[in-house]
Parts: sequence; C-alpha cells; structure tokens
Amino acid sequence: MNIVALLRVVPDVVEELEIAPDGKALDSEFLRLVISETDDHALEQAVLLKERLGGTVTALAIDAPEIDETLYGALARGADRAVKTGDAEMNLSARAAALSFAAAIRDLGPVDLIVTGAQAIGDLDGLVAPMVAYYLGMPYLGTVTGVAPGASGKSATVIREFPGGVRGEFDVPLPAVLGIQAAEKPPRYVPVAKVRAAMKSQSIATCGVATAAESGPPVVEVLSMAKPEPSGHAQMLEGDPDVLAARICELMGARGLL
Amino acid sequence: MASTAAQCQLDSVSGMTLDNILQFPEGHRILSCIQCGVCAGTCPYGDVMEYPPRKIIAMLRAGMVEKVFHSESLLNCVACYACMTKCPRDIRLTDILLPLMKEQALMHLPELPAELQKALQNTLRYGNPMGESSRKRAAWVKNAPVPVPIMNEIRRPVDVLWFVECYTSYYPRGQDTARATARLLHAIGADFAILGNEEKCAGECGRLTWEPGLFETLTDYNMAVFQKYQFNRMVASCPHSYNAFQRRYIPLGFTWPVDPVMAYLAYQIEKLKPLLTRKLNYKVTYHDSCCLGRFNDLYDEPRALLKAIPGVKLVEMVHNRMNSICCGGGGGGMWLDTYFKAKGHERLSERRVKEAVATGADVLAVSCPYEVSRFEDALKVLGFDKKMVVRDVTELLDEALEEQP
Repeated sequence: MNIVALLRVVPDVVEELEIAPDGKALDSEFLRLVISETDDHALEQAVLLKERLGGTVTALAIDAPEIDETLYGALARGADRAVKTGDAEMNLSARAAALSFAAAIRDLGPVDLIVTGAQAIGDLDGLVAPMVAYYLGMPYLGTVTGVAPGASGKSATVIREFPGGVRGEFDVPLPAVLGIQAAEKPPRYVPVAKVRAAMKSQSIATCGVATAAESGPPVVEVLSMAKPEPSGHAQMLEGDPDVLAARICELMGARGLL
Repeated sequence: MASTAAQCQLDSVSGMTLDNILQFPEGHRILSCIQCGVCAGTCPYGDVMEYPPRKIIAMLRAGMVEKVFHSESLLNCVACYACMTKCPRDIRLTDILLPLMKEQALMHLPELPAELQKALQNTLRYGNPMGESSRKRAAWVKNAPVPVPIMNEIRRPVDVLWFVECYTSYYPRGQDTARATARLLHAIGADFAILGNEEKCAGECGRLTWEPGLFETLTDYNMAVFQKYQFNRMVASCPHSYNAFQRRYIPLGFTWPVDPVMAYLAYQIEKLKPLLTRKLNYKVTYHDSCCLGRFNDLYDEPRALLKAIPGVKLVEMVHNRMNSICCGGGGGGMWLDTYFKAKGHERLSERRVKEAVATGADVLAVSCPYEVSRFEDALKVLGFDKKMVVRDVTELLDEALEEQP
C-alpha cells in the first residue's frame, strides 16, 4: 500500500502573534511555523498503516521556512521518501495548496491512500483535503479517527467522528483522500539522533510546483486582520466569606442568573 | 565523590556505547561488580524496578540485556547518583552505564510517557522543557530589582557569565530565585551579565534522560553562543547545568571555570556576611540536591551560607548530605510525575517532605530550581503547606540583605 501524507505548517501559537503593518496578515518578522497538529497525526497514521501492512509512505509538504526539519523528522519516523512542493514565498491559499499537492501527487506515481489533517488552525474550514480529492477525482472522507484497509487493497473501512460522541463506519474505494482528525495513537517520539542520521543519509526531493499563474488569482481576499478586543474583565472580590457569599448572590440575582 | 580533573576527563569518554563498553577503562569496571546489591538497596525506586542496577550489570555481563530495553525499569531512574556514590567498586552507574542503557530503552519503548515526550520535544524546539517562547526567556529581567545586563546588548567583556537556566527563567517561583540571585550578585559587586534570549537549556537532563541527540544539538548551540562573548568565569543557577558544563562540555572545548551560584556565593562569604544584617528567625532544614551534593561534594557551601544569616537555626533531616533523598526531578523524573502516580509509586518529593516536616523546621531550603515546585506541590498534597515553606537559599540570603529596594 502506497500512502502519501500531506503536510503543511501553521503559525506557532507559542510565539506571540502580531498583525503586519498592512493589517491584512500576520507579521512574519517574529512568526515561527510548526507542522499542523492534525497533519502530524495523519503522518503518524500513515506510518502505523505501513508498519502493519507494508508498503511505502511519502511525506509531501508545501515548502516553507524550516520545512526541511519537519521532512527529515518524517523520514526518521518511518516515511520512505520526503518531497516538497509549492513555493515557500507564495503564502499559499487553501486552493493553491491543494493544486500544488494534486500536481505533485500526479508526479509521484501510483498511490493507494492520501492522508492529511482534517483541519488546520490556518484552515479551520478544512478545505485542502476535499479540494485535493476534487482535483484528483478521488473520494474524500473527513474527521477520520480510524482507517483499516481491506485485504484486497481496493477499499478501506474508515471511522469518522461526529458531534455528540457519535461515530460512523464507512466503506470507501481506494485510492481516496482522508482528512485525519486523530491517529490511533499520539504521534510517537522521534529521537533527535535519528533525525540527524536521516539528514546525513537521506535527501528531500522537489516536485510538481504549481506556479502562481496555474492557481489563478485569489478567489478570496483578506480585507483586514485584527486581534480580538477584550470585551470585559473578570471582577475579583475579596473579603469575609459570608459577606462575599451574599455579594455573589446579589450580583448573580442582578443578572437574572438566580 | 570528588570532582578531580582526571575524573572530568573520564566522564568525557565519548564514543562509548554498550557494544564497546568493555573497551574503555570506565566501562571495563562493570566486570568487577561483586553483585552486592548496595545500588539496588540505596536506589530510591529500587523496590519498584524490575531491573535495578545490580540486575542490569548481571544481565549485561550475561549478554541478556535486550530484556532491559523492553522493560520500563529505567523510566524510574531519577539520576540521583545514590547507587554510583555507594558502589564499592566505583562503577560509573549514573553518569555512564545507565545513560547508555536509557538511550537504548528510548529506541525500544513502544511509547514514551506523554509528559516526558513533550518536555523533550519542547527542549529541542524552544530550548526549554516547558514549551515557552524562546523570546521570553529574559522577560523576568523587566521586574528585576537591580539592572541585569544582557551580553548582546552591553557588547563588552564581563567577569561573570551567569547561566540562568530554564526553570529559573520561566517558572514564576524560579524567577523569584533569579531576582534574588541578581540582587546578591549586585550586592557583592560582581561584574556579571546573562545571555538573555540567546540562552538555551544546557541539556544535562537530555543527556541523562535518554536523548544524546538532543544533548548534542543543545551543546552545539550553546558552545557557539559562549564563543561569541568574552567572560572569565561562569556561574550557574541550576546544579544540573553546572553538572553539564563541569563534566560534559569540557571535551567539547568548554574552558571556563564554572561554579554553581551556591559555591560562588560561599567563596565570597566574607564579602557577603556584613551585608546580611536583617535577622530572620527561621528554623531551616536544608535539602542536598543530588547534583551539588553527591556528585560534586558541595555539602558545606550552602550550609555555610545559611549559617551566615543572622537568626537562622539550621537543623538536619534524617537523610542528609550523601544520604539525601532525591526530590525525584532528575534524569527526566521532572516530567514523569503523572507516570509515577499512574503506577502507584510514592512520589519522592512527598517522601522527602515528610522528613523535612519531621525536623520541626518552618523553612525547607533548597539549591536546585527543580525542587521549589516539587516540594511546594508535595507540601500541598500532604497538607503541610501551612507548616512549612520552600525557599531557595538565595531567596533567604536576599531577604537578609539590609536594604530592600
């Protein structure tokens, strides 16, 4: 079974995010990027399937600063090859990213399964995976938490998660694109020594770069971006517990909560 | 265990692996093990390990060591140096043999406990185990009571490069220690500076916690930063980083004399003593940190500092000095509390705090940044938090300084 895991980076929210002077994007000066958490789960799921069923895993990432570290990490984790596509400078929209992924996947040769994160903090709509499926003419299932390819390799049983703790089981013909919500197990630890060894012995290929012209003009334009404004503050009450209890009742009563 | 230059060199044995361990004099020593079991007996978690150090050596000699890699025994090693200090054959368990075993265990364990995995990943990405932004490492300086110069801002040589370390930089109670240390360095007239946001974890726990690759990444980075600046000596807040510089960085070209803050201040006690004029009527018991005490013989320095404070009455716990019980934070234990708890093991910090409370002291004095949070939590869990407070020795010294700004 040949699996492709699609990887993208998103802003690292450990660092404080600032808005760029034009008010339309994040300020890139202090921005650090990190692999999207759900994409990391998709990669883990791909490696788990490979360990169980054999085959190959290709980690395919949209080019970005520090992306090589992520890709060497994927190789150290068990991916067989690492490929990057797209243009690091382009700050790709979901559609352009999907076009780049689709173009690269066509170059990669036969594929049975494509997995990627169901959502990303930069793509809460979760558009990339279904668009990749559309461009490749494959079926798509999202919010996936379990994958079990059938013995024939022609289809897979897929578990999807729905609101309210409801789960659904689906049969999907392969090849297909799956938006992974969570892998069966949290992404494993990759010893740094293994990453360093991968850097020495393996390399990253580039393919299928979709040009700006191919992806066309942006369909959606960002008009403005702003930090949320605090609308209220917590009020701290101090003093004797009995007096405070009465005060709390009074405040809640005034707001119609009692 | 005295730290002579010769021993430093022995520690530096690089290239030693489990496969070639017998080729090195330090490794060859495992053949002299008499299987007395003192290591397992003195190990604070010896009773819960399937393979305590004695068995590990026996299995290594019998070529059956694979089993150890697939067990969780080594997760319990808190790198407290108790086994190594007491070994009658001077076998280098804590700093050579067990780390080599742990490296193998990391490769074989199907899953690392999540907390430990996150700490290792954070240390690689952000330079600190808590996963805070590396750009906020020097944020505590803004609230420091005295100016704290930062190397890349002052652009001049200094006498003392103060290595602040992670918990002292980020953890709120650690920052209290940082501020106290800054005031003490200022009070004795030290010409000092810090690396600010350029500093990253020294990596001691990386080395002793399974991860030689992480350690190498951090040492490469830190050595390059040190080499950019001119300074005469280094002073380290965290005994673990002191340990790393003193033992593990020397073979990488680290040539500066280095002292833990405790020792640096103790060596200047004559300068410091006249400044300690505020009387503190505390009954204090001191917890020997493993890295300062057992591994570096620094038992008297922190005690001398405490005795220099007017009004302080120093009392000892049952286990003190070489027999001190580890707080449970070393060797990765700092990030295994949930794991220990899930396994039903007693937390070492709780065992230790019971001894501290039994002395009747009202202050538990510590010298390692791990200990503040560990003991404060343990006091709360056991309901002793009204009876006893945890203070770093520097915090007590700072409180005794006459002029509070």
